[in-house]
Amino acid sequence: MDYSFKFAAIWRYRDEIYEGVFLTLQLSVATMVLGLIIGLAFAVMRNAQAAWLRGIARGYVEAIRNTPLLVQLFIVFYGLPSIGIRLAANEAALIALSVNLGAYCAEIIRAGIESVRVSQVEAGRSLGMTASQTFVHVVLFQAMKAIYPAMASQFILLMLATSIVSSIGATELFHQAAFIESRTYRSFEAYALITIVYLGLTLVFRALFSAIYWTVFIRRPAR
Amino acid sequence: MREFALSDFGFLLLATRWTVLLALAATVGGGIIGLAIAVLRIVPVAPLNWFAIGYINLIQGTPLLGQLFVLFFGLPLIGLSVDAWTAAVVALSLYSSAFFGEIWRGSLQSVPHRQWEAGAALGLTYRQRFTDVVLPQAIRISIAPTVGFLVQIVKNTSLTALIGFVELTRASQIMTAATFAPLTVYLAAAAIYFVLCLGLSWASHVLEGKIHVAR
Repeated sequence: MDYSFKFAAIWRYRDEIYEGVFLTLQLSVATMVLGLIIGLAFAVMRNAQAAWLRGIARGYVEAIRNTPLLVQLFIVFYGLPSIGIRLAANEAALIALSVNLGAYCAEIIRAGIESVRVSQVEAGRSLGMTASQTFVHVVLFQAMKAIYPAMASQFILLMLATSIVSSIGATELFHQAAFIESRTYRSFEAYALITIVYLGLTLVFRALFSAIYWTVFIRRPAR
Repeated sequence: MREFALSDFGFLLLATRWTVLLALAATVGGGIIGLAIAVLRIVPVAPLNWFAIGYINLIQGTPLLGQLFVLFFGLPLIGLSVDAWTAAVVALSLYSSAFFGEIWRGSLQSVPHRQWEAGAALGLTYRQRFTDVVLPQAIRISIAPTVGFLVQIVKNTSLTALIGFVELTRASQIMTAATFAPLTVYLAAAAIYFVLCLGLSWASHVLEGKIHVAR
């Protein structure tokens, strides 16, 4: 092996890496918020009275979960201009990621609500609570506890998936690797370093999520 | 520049065979490595457990795109001549193996512990208890999630387009350049992926139902 690794050449671009981390976090958090809202709306639709609403929700979830994110991204960024919707790379990235995440959130939320036993609702109602009081005070907390681990993994997967939007030129962390590569011609070092940065982010978030789970759902005094 | 014609759809279908082949190769490669990881994860030897945990964290904590690029640019550095196909198969196999490892570990551990005890009470050795009592049950439990994960593999093959491997997504990019009809082309590609994946999702769903009914 006669290749000499030059990570020092990369280190000069650490400001770009910080910026990339910041933008990745920004994009991930914005996507998480939008994805949750979309997911919640479709989870409610999945349980709607009207069959056509349930059909739409089901179609959305199946269509998104059975096609690659990369193709969804290309449809939004390269395809939509054909029908007159022109988006900047970062906007297209946010929309494609949120629409993608929404489908997974919808399924997680639906499963979470279904996992709360009917007897819990009946118990709430028999204590004289209204339907909405029962939902807020009895169902919501239990459902949140049930879906929290799945949501946390979904957030980590989403953060890693944001690397894909670099392919349309959205400026997040992985995009910075391409930038550093173009300046240093050190492809391996650039991509290896950025990949390790993702690992660091993942480990930090896993620790953070378990700390939150512990304080909110385990150590919480019984109400 | 020309219109997107039926023959162009044929071009996409032709490229789909590489998507399918890549998914098959990754399933086989990932399956073999994943089995080893699942075993390393549960054998009663702590350093082996740590190795498996580290491996799973490394793979599941980094983006597949990063792994793909690191291998594509990294394998030549250690003297392995690497084309996009090789990098794609290796990266997807490693990526899948971490998930298969966890799926199968979960399946093995979801067999109730009293099954081990029952085997011991009958005087079976550790190996007999594992292969004759626990493994058959674990395999039944693992079939549905394993087939379910195949959907992820098929979808993830699309990322290999970004290192220039000509499968369905890359073929769509090429087709877009020829026809200037990106919406039609990418929707057609999405439809092909959808058919491939929906079949697998459906199979996973059916298997799940069957296994539950039989229990």
